[in-house]
Amino acid sequence: MHVFANPTRFLTIARPLTPWLFWGGLLLTAAGMLTGLFRSPEDYLQGDLVRIMYVHVPTAWLGMGGWTGILIASVMQLVWRHPLAGIAARAIAAPGALFTALCLVTGSIWGRPAWGTWWIWDGRLTSMLVLLFLYLGFMALAAASDERASIGRIAAVFGVVGAVNLPIIHYSVTWWNSLHQPQSITLSGSAIDSAMLWPLGLSTLGFTLLFGGIVLLRMRAIIADIRIEARLRRMAQG
Amino acid sequence: MAQWPFIIAAYACTITGTLVLAGWSYMRMRASEARVATLREDKGS
Amino acid sequence: MKAKHQRLTLAIIAVVAVFGAGILAVYGLRDNAALFRTPADIAAEPVPVGQAFRLGGMVAEGSIEEQADGITIRFMVQDAEAQVPVLYAGITPDLFAENSGVVAEGSLDTDGVFVAETILAKHDENYMPPELADVDMGRDISQ
Repeated sequence: MHVFANPTRFLTIARPLTPWLFWGGLLLTAAGMLTGLFRSPEDYLQGDLVRIMYVHVPTAWLGMGGWTGILIASVMQLVWRHPLAGIAARAIAAPGALFTALCLVTGSIWGRPAWGTWWIWDGRLTSMLVLLFLYLGFMALAAASDERASIGRIAAVFGVVGAVNLPIIHYSVTWWNSLHQPQSITLSGSAIDSAMLWPLGLSTLGFTLLFGGIVLLRMRAIIADIRIEARLRRMAQG
Repeated sequence: MAQWPFIIAAYACTITGTLVLAGWSYMRMRASEARVATLREDKGS
Repeated sequence: MKAKHQRLTLAIIAVVAVFGAGILAVYGLRDNAALFRTPADIAAEPVPVGQAFRLGGMVAEGSIEEQADGITIRFMVQDAEAQVPVLYAGITPDLFAENSGVVAEGSLDTDGVFVAETILAKHDENYMPPELADVDMGRDISQ
């Protein structure tokens, strides 16, 4: 568990890994988007509108994946006091919030022509909006903590409690009748034709790598800030 | 209803948001790590 | 070592308690959180005339007919058990079609016809190119 506990050792791995994730992610995301926009077929019912799926699904996945990361980091901080846990949780919060917001925005833009409304208070949309507010609350709590290397106990508990929303988002379309369509990709297979599934996979993989790259960049920035503070303190003492 | 304006709007929001986040995170990392390097040199001299 | 185990135990208990509470809350909400009522729900538990609610189901095949005024359409919303006739005057969304899901906002009149003020199209989980769409796939959106 503590293999990467030492920030210096973490950096020796993170430094070379960052450009691969960042540029590789950017490249695959661009490829996924271009295929989605110009190379993939129209949908039999939605026509070209289906192309919004290639940005909507990855952002939804990262919004939820981001909070899963915060959950893991919060537990690791609460139980093992892992020195990188708080740094990781802080680094994930802003990208997670952004992708959750993008998921809501792209969904809304799709909903207007497809459903006939920008917004409806159904289970899926409401629970996703709750996730955005959870991110904003988490960022505020983490910012309120003086300690830079951790997120404070209250923020960590909030990270764990907020994770209750994740299964609610996932099952909202199964438990309650809703306007949002049910899950297309399940363990038993995909209701998305392969001609649309592979661009979606490409775009999702690209966004995920890019997310990883951005989180590493932000973790490196936080580690550097901690070192600057520590050094300035030592210099001030003489 | 015309579909392409909606598709373009959705992609524009996603691309802008992602690039702003990526650029901001990159600049922040560069600035902070450069500062650490400068402080280290100061101490050495 | 001891303190770490104690924290782990406490964390596990807390996680179980929080998720348990969440699931209970959701279970309590399950009827209120439903977005719409289906024709079967209405058959089982009639809704008073004039009370606003959302009706959801499939648009029955061959049931969309334009009325004499040229604006109003009439169609049947059905699920596996029942049907409700719907009247709507206005523009329907892109995905509104026969054999496809719909959610209508409005109320019942004295004849048992649902007069809709808003029509929302509900998409299902299937995505495919037009050339494959001829294959019948037995769609169901009641859930």
